[in-house]
Amino acid sequence: MNTNASTELTPRPVDDPGVEPHVLSYRASDPEVDKEAERRVIACFGLSALFALSSVVIYFAVPHTIAIRVGSFDGNLHNVLFGVTMGLGILLIGLGVIMWARNLMNDEELTEERHDPASSEETRTEVLVMLSDGVRDSGVARRRFLMGSLGGALGLFALPLIVTLADMGPWPTKRVRQQTIERTLFAEATPQKPIRLVNDVSWKPLRAADLEIGQLVNAQPENLRELHDVEYQQAKAKSSIILVRMDPDSIKIPESRRDWQVSGILCYSKICTHVGCPITLWEQQTHHLLCPCHQSTFDLGNSGNVVFGPAARSLPQLKIGVDGEGYLIATQDFTVPVGPSYFERDSRNDFKEGDA
Amino acid sequence: MAKPAPVADTRDPGSATTTSKRAVSARDIDLPPVMVKQGGPLAKWADDRLGVGGLSKFLMRKIFPDHWSFLLGEIALWSFIVLLITGVFLTIWFKPSMAEVEYVGSYQLMKGMMMSQAFASTIDISMDIRGGLLLRQMHHWAALLFVAAMFTHAARIFFTGAFRKPREINWLIGVGLLFLGTMAGFSGYSLPDDLLSGTGLRFADGLMRSIPLIGTWAEFFVFNGQFPGDLIVSRLYMVHILLIPGLILGLIAAHMVIMVYQKHTQFPGPGRTEHNVVGYPLFPVYIAKMTGFFFIVFGTITLFGALVSINPVWTYGPYNPSQVTAGSQPDWYMGWVEGAVRIMPGWESHWGHTTWSWNVFVPGVILLGAFFTLMALWPWIEHWFTGDERNHNLLDRPQDNPTRTAFGVAIITFMLLLQFGGANDIIATHFKLSLNAISWFLRFAIFVVPVIAFWVTKRICLGLKKGDQERLLHGSPTGEVHRDANGAYIEDHVPISHEEAFALTAIDAPEPLTVAAQADAHGVRRTDGDVSAMRARASHWWSESNIPHPTREELEEAHSHHGDGHEIEPADKH
Amino acid sequence: MKYLSTRRRHPAAKPLILVLALFLVGAVYALVIPSSQVSAAPGLSQQVQEGKALFQVSCSSCHGLNGEGTSQGPSLVGVGAASVDFQMGTGRMPMARPGQQAPRKDSEFSPEEISAISSYVATLGPGPGIPAASVVDPSKLTDEELARGGDLFKTNCSACHNVSGQGGALPNGKYAPPLTGVQPVHIYEAMRIGPQQMPVFSKNVITDEDATQIIGYLETVQNRNPGGGLSLGNLGPVTEGLWAWVVGIGGLVVIATWIASKGARSK
Repeated sequence: MNTNASTELTPRPVDDPGVEPHVLSYRASDPEVDKEAERRVIACFGLSALFALSSVVIYFAVPHTIAIRVGSFDGNLHNVLFGVTMGLGILLIGLGVIMWARNLMNDEELTEERHDPASSEETRTEVLVMLSDGVRDSGVARRRFLMGSLGGALGLFALPLIVTLADMGPWPTKRVRQQTIERTLFAEATPQKPIRLVNDVSWKPLRAADLEIGQLVNAQPENLRELHDVEYQQAKAKSSIILVRMDPDSIKIPESRRDWQVSGILCYSKICTHVGCPITLWEQQTHHLLCPCHQSTFDLGNSGNVVFGPAARSLPQLKIGVDGEGYLIATQDFTVPVGPSYFERDSRNDFKEGDA
Repeated sequence: MAKPAPVADTRDPGSATTTSKRAVSARDIDLPPVMVKQGGPLAKWADDRLGVGGLSKFLMRKIFPDHWSFLLGEIALWSFIVLLITGVFLTIWFKPSMAEVEYVGSYQLMKGMMMSQAFASTIDISMDIRGGLLLRQMHHWAALLFVAAMFTHAARIFFTGAFRKPREINWLIGVGLLFLGTMAGFSGYSLPDDLLSGTGLRFADGLMRSIPLIGTWAEFFVFNGQFPGDLIVSRLYMVHILLIPGLILGLIAAHMVIMVYQKHTQFPGPGRTEHNVVGYPLFPVYIAKMTGFFFIVFGTITLFGALVSINPVWTYGPYNPSQVTAGSQPDWYMGWVEGAVRIMPGWESHWGHTTWSWNVFVPGVILLGAFFTLMALWPWIEHWFTGDERNHNLLDRPQDNPTRTAFGVAIITFMLLLQFGGANDIIATHFKLSLNAISWFLRFAIFVVPVIAFWVTKRICLGLKKGDQERLLHGSPTGEVHRDANGAYIEDHVPISHEEAFALTAIDAPEPLTVAAQADAHGVRRTDGDVSAMRARASHWWSESNIPHPTREELEEAHSHHGDGHEIEPADKH
Repeated sequence: MKYLSTRRRHPAAKPLILVLALFLVGAVYALVIPSSQVSAAPGLSQQVQEGKALFQVSCSSCHGLNGEGTSQGPSLVGVGAASVDFQMGTGRMPMARPGQQAPRKDSEFSPEEISAISSYVATLGPGPGIPAASVVDPSKLTDEELARGGDLFKTNCSACHNVSGQGGALPNGKYAPPLTGVQPVHIYEAMRIGPQQMPVFSKNVITDEDATQIIGYLETVQNRNPGGGLSLGNLGPVTEGLWAWVVGIGGLVVIATWIASKGARSK
């Protein structure tokens, strides 16, 4: 009603011919065809029951340790047989019911009038009157202060509930950040008590002489091994490093990082500065390191500067050295926080192209 | 409460008034014996207590129009039911804990490895629990289908204009469902704690961190400290099996009730008007078709689970922050966001001691938010252009509203290009292209190609509409050519059927808004207040491709007219 | 030419060498003189002699007559037998035409010929050798060792080669090749020599034991890893999404069309 000016207000250019007269389906006009269609539906349901029963037999009878491999198909026999019989059992019910609905049920289309979702003017007026009666009865209009206090109470009652969410996690205050995301296990290293770099997985300490030019080593600080469970995972998500050895003559080493490397062995954080994937995709000839997640590319022959992709900051480099026995060591933490950016991160100290 | 009366017509003083009426009328009508003997008493028992009679009367012969595109939403609904069923089974075995355990199951390549309990139990489900792999794979396939079907359903609603008044609320609910569906998917594939899902969580962590001002807080609150923490799996588990499914169920219920109350839309056709609905009654035809389709969707998903591998977590192995695999992608519905993140240039601002990572925040948070916001607001955006206040129960064909259709195609093109971006490494290796070249191409293409798609779509729609106009005025070409007296070759045309002519002229595009006119062509005052000059211009641009239907007179004129190059055979049909 | 004809030439290769020499004489003359003095070693074994002849026929146009390298190809001094065995055994060398990355293909050379050329190149300078058969035989590994191989693989290799060895993309059109169907010995050699863009994984860091475990893991994951059905190329969510859309939504839409269609009419 009211504002809903419908198209019917305009005279249509063509008169409504009305719904097409119902035409009997082929089936309805021929009892033989009808019987045949019914038989097909019954066959579907019958087969479905058979499949359902056989899937139960298969579930118990077929061992679930047999693999079947044919070309690019590589499945588990139990899963395939059980699933296929169960699936066909279900599918056939669907097919049968649809065939029933399409072929055996009355397919005459019916017409139903629509009602306008809007209520009539009288109803609307009635409701408004009721509403104002209610408002009057409750005294809401007169008792402003009562309403105000109720509003206040309602506004605050949920507050304690929301407050309980405040302890969902530690608060990343400056001090907490310094102890967590701005620190790695290398922070425990000092020149007096250096930390050895060990091969990831095998925990074997790495000697400078072990690395050839063109070599990449995925490494960890030795002290990671003491950690377990959540501490281990959290520490590893920051302390993972890669060591690469390049021909010192083919790379650019800035003056400030002259003593960060050992005869062409450089150590970088393995955690991408974009969103934190571990990066190891290193091209030994171009010295480019590509992140497989979003294709940020860093030049390890040039202080880890970004050469392509969405990362904005160079890969943090770790100062390394060798101890008396020739093992690679770290004596200090990264100079900047590793991993993806966060709001409070002071990114003015990261290495930029052109820094000395 | 009173026990059900043994005789059908006993009046219970407490029962609803409709019951007594129906009981009387039921005796007056010749019902088949089965209804009197079994159906009758049972129906009465239920009606005495719940008054189901009224509801059944309302629903049972409710008409649903039949069209294949009206079943897309059903695919989503049935996939969701399969998700609930398979999901319940998975919770029987899954352990949502990140506590570290040593693997002791039968899978060879994990023997003796340390892993989270969540991952170990996922391997157990896949390897050692009979039928577990089937249910896991079904659950994941159903999830991919659920979101894909919601997308196609939304596209159908969009291109046919079914979101217009009075259905804006159901469109909003649908957008909410789409958003919740993707969130359900993300929280679900993060649960197994395998290498791929851990990589996804690492990305989510980076995404949260990138939010200006509160990013670090969001990270610490969600992960209970630094990534990965020890609670994220159990928290996501709650989100995945309780919070989101609960919300989805509620929204689906509202979606259905509103749809039934407002009645389904229909395409124009003979006898189909804005004021009726033509189709099959809910009981029995539509209910049979719905049930049948449920079993078909269920069966298809089961066959997928049996035959097609999905997310082989045992190959990925447990999450380890120092490991990653080439080809790390999210599930497809996050693929376009992934693509945007990949092709985004590395822009970041370092102001004072703060970092603003536009490179992650813009494609990851802003774009995702903008998409859903634009989608949610679309009915009002279109209304701003058209000022259309009418109720719409007849659907547009896509070509009936070229500007809307062109806009939809442009958005889909944009998302498809980003989807390619999200798969750029797979595309690079399989089509021997350069990764960097793809990224550079897409950085420009996402702006240029949608504009081209918009323009081309609009042209195509216009062409189709002009074709309709031709058919209305000059009839349908027969393919027979003859030569007229002047030596010109003319193709014979036959008038189109009355039914088709009615369908082609059944809906009117809204008139463009003008600054001066405060009332539309029908003399009905618009409720949208003053029309600014800008809005009038926008409205004009929107409607410039409108072709008004020929009037009754023009049609009669065309049909009686002969020999203007579109020779029409004498009409002998009507 | 004098040096060649008097000191270095095998009789069988004579005609070919002449043709080649005519082509290359201008370009390589200056380079031949210094390197030939270094690598001249009397008393080469029969196999090395054969290898040298083959080398000069098939490899020298790019790598120089004595493997010293030219503008077309790198020096092979010190690359070791492993390098030759890998590059030729996987058909990467000789390259059909110079390009940014040599693709894997069927080798044009017999194992004997490859072995002859590798023993010749090994004499040019010390480098990684071809591993003993036992090193690349993972058949004696325990399940725990295979699992450890997987851990090593996912830490060191899967970022480029994908977790099930399907390969992956590198910058600017390069790629990490798929590891499916690669012989264990070639996987071992690739780790040691770091062919093309691949980094070196030397014996002192990734020990022979580690390498065997990695090979064992790969062999298991590709041949004996239980699957969930059609592998869809083992490419992860991209092909899974494609399947869901094309076969899933596509197939169900076809069925929906059938459901909504009207049956055969009597008229």
